[in-house]
Amino acid sequence: MSFTITKAGILDTIQDEGRFGFQASGINPGGVMDIFSARLANCLLGKPMHTAVIEMHFPAPVICFNEAAMICVTGGDFTAAINHKEIQRNQPVVVNKDAVLEFKKAKHGARCYLSVLNNFRISAWLNSYSTNIKAGAGGLHGSALKNGDIVAFEKISALSDYLAKEPFKRLPWKVQPAKLTGANKIEVIKGSEWNWLDDTDQQTFLNTSFKITKVADRMGYRLAGKSLTLKVKEQLVSSSVSFGTLQLLPSGQLMVLMADHQTTGGYPRVATVISAHLPLLAQLKPGEEFSLALTNVESAEKKLLQQFNYLQRVQYAAGFKIEKILQ
Amino acid sequence: MSYSISPLGDSALTVDFGNIISAELNKKVLLLVQAIEKAALAAVKDIVPAYSSVTIHYDVISLLKQHKNKSAFTIMSEEIEALLSQPVEAITAVYRSVQIPVCYSLKYAWDLKEIAVVTKLTIEEIITLHTAKRYKVYMIGFLPGFAYMGNVDERIAVPRKLEPRQKIGAGYVGMAGKQTGIYPLTSPGGWQIIGRTPIKLFDKEKEDPVFFRAGDEVRFYSITEDEFYNY
Repeated sequence: MSFTITKAGILDTIQDEGRFGFQASGINPGGVMDIFSARLANCLLGKPMHTAVIEMHFPAPVICFNEAAMICVTGGDFTAAINHKEIQRNQPVVVNKDAVLEFKKAKHGARCYLSVLNNFRISAWLNSYSTNIKAGAGGLHGSALKNGDIVAFEKISALSDYLAKEPFKRLPWKVQPAKLTGANKIEVIKGSEWNWLDDTDQQTFLNTSFKITKVADRMGYRLAGKSLTLKVKEQLVSSSVSFGTLQLLPSGQLMVLMADHQTTGGYPRVATVISAHLPLLAQLKPGEEFSLALTNVESAEKKLLQQFNYLQRVQYAAGFKIEKILQ
Repeated sequence: MSYSISPLGDSALTVDFGNIISAELNKKVLLLVQAIEKAALAAVKDIVPAYSSVTIHYDVISLLKQHKNKSAFTIMSEEIEALLSQPVEAITAVYRSVQIPVCYSLKYAWDLKEIAVVTKLTIEEIITLHTAKRYKVYMIGFLPGFAYMGNVDERIAVPRKLEPRQKIGAGYVGMAGKQTGIYPLTSPGGWQIIGRTPIKLFDKEKEDPVFFRAGDEVRFYSITEDEFYNY
């Protein structure tokens, strides 16, 4: 009851929604970069949203199933295929023993998610399954998945009966989620040091675009754009930062903190990306551009709630369909 | 009490008591953390104390589902303001007083010679000043278990290095301005390195993997290289 990583990808990790409650000890939450896609993968299988998934980058892994499983792939389009036959994102598939899942070509997006209906048999570290590579803890063995790794999961006998010896079967439901925001326009909420920028630089921030540089990983993206200067020269004492915080570096360039950000920082916090738009940012790659727009907390909360309600509907509907298959 | 509450994005808020490093403001931080923990608010996901601020990360969805007509930020702000308006209680948490052995041998004290030049003090004098004071752990941040301690004697308070090092091993003791701290894990870093401790400050196998807590009192004492190896 497992799958084997026949060939590891460049960075495949087990992640859930993050390890909260330990930031006071300097242990960062981590978790999935694109929480919408990760939750969607779980919801399409009728699973709790926070369940652990595999987060993959491109080149992505080759995965061989040692037992029948129900899976769903979401997020970036890496051209997923089972036994060389293409499968769609956002549509669950039942795979048989010996089925091979691979990803042929990165067409769109930076990260792809794999959820498996059969719960993973791994142990949590500090209440979370998220892999914290720096601490060498969480996930399968505190690091990215390697060649030959075996991820154990629960057996679901009904799946083999459903397959009736077929190597895999696409399930008859899928979704096409609406775009989170148009034209790479990412909304932010003013940060504590927003007013440290003068009017001209505030306008530059809002009316020019920013490019993601090559220094972009799970910790954060360094951005390239028109240089910004601070009118206030005060030194900041360190304080908590969050996923989405846009810090202004001494060089005049911005850095946006992502899932594996440090718990605290001392650079001016100009703004923070709204939670509902973080999934979009998480799917952008080096070289891609986006622009920023101000919004308020109330509007940001509403967008987050809308996303959540959508996911809950998907989860509820899928739950019944799966119940029927497993009968 | 003077403070400000501001949103840190849409899922966290920061209570700021002032942009300075002081024991007095840090005590307000610890008191607020204590009050929030005691109140056990269901939507709170994380409480992050820093030098002079507390950030509360909260679950927006659960707050919105409970209160239909208010924003999650407003609800959390009101909860925190109510806690801050209560009469000030004494700190009930028991903070530890710990002694940390440090080998200040030049093998580990990569920057001591340079600090001696800048401060016009001898290496021995610098070690004496670093070990003479009782430091307070103001906050944990940057890395799992990295304790920001202060305040370092003015005479040896040198700014961080212009070029950060790519790799500093676990246990190295550093200084940056009036702050001193120890790297719990191998990491890049810009602090002036003045020694190394044999104490393990991060252990993922332990129930509480991190050695220090905000509020702890720390005193360093000098050990030889032999004592370091045989610790």
